[in-house]
Amino acid sequence: MAPPLLSVRDLRVEFDTRDGIIPVIQNLSFDLHAGGTLGIVGESGCGKSMTALAVMGLVPGPMGRIAGGSIRLDGEDLVAAGEQRLRQVRGNEISMVFQEPMTSLNPVFTVGDQIGETVRLHQGLSRREAVNRAIEMLRAVGIPAPEKRVHEYPHQLSGGMRQRVMIAMALACRPRVLIADEPTTALDVTVQAQIFDLLQDLQAETGTAIILITHDMGAIAELAERVIVMYAGRKVEDGPVGEILGQPLHPYTKGLIRCVPHLEADPPVERRELMEIPGVVPGLSQLGGVGCPFSPRCSESRPDCNMMPVEKAGPGDHSVACWAVSEAAS
Amino acid sequence: MHIASVLIRRILNAAGLLAAVLILCFTLIHLAPGDPAEVIAGEMGGATEEMMAEIRALYGLDRPFHVQLLSYLGNVAQGDLGYSFYFNQPVTDLIVERLGATLLLVISALLLAIFLGTFLGVVAARNPNGLISHFVTVLALFGYAAPVFWTAIILLILFASVIPIFPASGGMYDITGPDDPISRALDIAHHMVLPVITLSTIYLAFYSRLARASMLDVLGSDYIRTARAKGLAEVVVVYKHALRNAVLPVVTFAGLQFAQLMSGAVLVEAVYSWPGLGTLAFESLLRRDTPTLLGILFFSSMVVIIANLLTDIAYRLIDPRIRSGAR
Repeated sequence: MAPPLLSVRDLRVEFDTRDGIIPVIQNLSFDLHAGGTLGIVGESGCGKSMTALAVMGLVPGPMGRIAGGSIRLDGEDLVAAGEQRLRQVRGNEISMVFQEPMTSLNPVFTVGDQIGETVRLHQGLSRREAVNRAIEMLRAVGIPAPEKRVHEYPHQLSGGMRQRVMIAMALACRPRVLIADEPTTALDVTVQAQIFDLLQDLQAETGTAIILITHDMGAIAELAERVIVMYAGRKVEDGPVGEILGQPLHPYTKGLIRCVPHLEADPPVERRELMEIPGVVPGLSQLGGVGCPFSPRCSESRPDCNMMPVEKAGPGDHSVACWAVSEAAS
Repeated sequence: MHIASVLIRRILNAAGLLAAVLILCFTLIHLAPGDPAEVIAGEMGGATEEMMAEIRALYGLDRPFHVQLLSYLGNVAQGDLGYSFYFNQPVTDLIVERLGATLLLVISALLLAIFLGTFLGVVAARNPNGLISHFVTVLALFGYAAPVFWTAIILLILFASVIPIFPASGGMYDITGPDDPISRALDIAHHMVLPVITLSTIYLAFYSRLARASMLDVLGSDYIRTARAKGLAEVVVVYKHALRNAVLPVVTFAGLQFAQLMSGAVLVEAVYSWPGLGTLAFESLLRRDTPTLLGILFFSSMVVIIANLLTDIAYRLIDPRIRSGAR
């Protein structure tokens, strides 16, 4: 197998807070192959978005920093790279689509300016060429009448349209990696499906590898090839999408999958109760403990859980970090 | 809405507003104690009751209040602001002569406050706990707390007397200096430094705080993260993407505060003997020179209305949402 395009090893991100230095991401490793799609799932506050920002080199300073590990793009370690090199990578080789299309575009510039800015910066196109490229990109993401839309401002577009513009902007330089951080969370269900279709089509066309960050198991099932499940800044389970959804090993993964509500054609009179995982994600100040961070919410909690579980290999290339999963079962 | 129809509506509004300002000021001056005839008589070295009555009749001061008011408004509508009995000159000439000096002072102070204030605010926002940020806070405290006339006097003592690098007094330029345009302009600029700094202190303090707060807010927004994710240099992120959004409140306040700046100019002009409207207003107030005083108020109102209109236009240029919202 070819070496991975993006390889993250033992990533550690720390934040300075009033309570001292808090590790918000610990021991995180994953690989992304060219043209592949990796899903990262977990509840809000699990470190998914911070992982994305770390890959972009955009961990908010000065209180936050990458404290260890490596992020290699085609063998080049981005953690060791200087700011100038990172600026060449951002938007050009790795780009990102954010969760909030309503506020992620600058209100005082036209969408054409904002898309064109990226190609002018990274590919040295002239203003006129940049406008043409912006029109081309708007057409590629399925925006009707792109010649007219290119001169419009973000407030003249709907949420779905704005997210398409964000995708157009992110893909304008044909990046090798696209990070989509909850790209559809703020959108209507019907628009969500359109955006996922669009991402799939564009990926087939350009061969861009995608990291899809979401808490939507449906989106994962549809798009991802591999999935990592994160909890409290750590990877708890990692495997091919079929195995993660079909035979989840970690109690947290099982919980997440159980929580997905099902549509039923003929619901019983007594409606089935909606499932939930009791408790909440630990706050920042609770990170960095010695025990398994999920154990307070875990139905399979046991005495071992006051020590941090190690990652063990499961069947195939499935791995899990949980004391309750015996070596034998895996 | 089309810009032309906006303008027409604004001009109609402005005419109504000016009339209201004049009626209010006319009434207030009339209510204030003091009699112009007495001042004139005093200038002449005393007068009998008959002469006083003659003076009142001459200037129409013996007519009932509403007749005086209506005749004044009628004259203003025809472009006649009356005659100054103290300066012996038509009020319009008197004001036009002085207006330039005041506008030069006020606009320079405003531009200095806006540009330097915004710049300091931006630098402070980029490093909220840094040295510049603390400097801005101290400057703001000082600017709010120190009265304009006090700042004016202290600056005069420091930079015209103790370290005499600026002229101590004497208006806009040195009348004994060479009078070719370039030396005259340089001389005026030299005389302007202290008054402009004095007048801009309060606003500089205010705008730097405003720009700092607004910039901190904008720098935390999602589209700034987007701009960084594109790989833009920090300078472009801050001065292109953030500043254009952060400057909106500063522009709004600059327009609103133009009126306060005009009134601040009265004190500054008095201390530096700057030959502008402020000095004129001060003198005409002491002399009960009602036509001049009313004329100055009329012109000041007009300047403020024009400033507000310009603010609106600037706002439309900066923010596309306002442009299309009014379409």
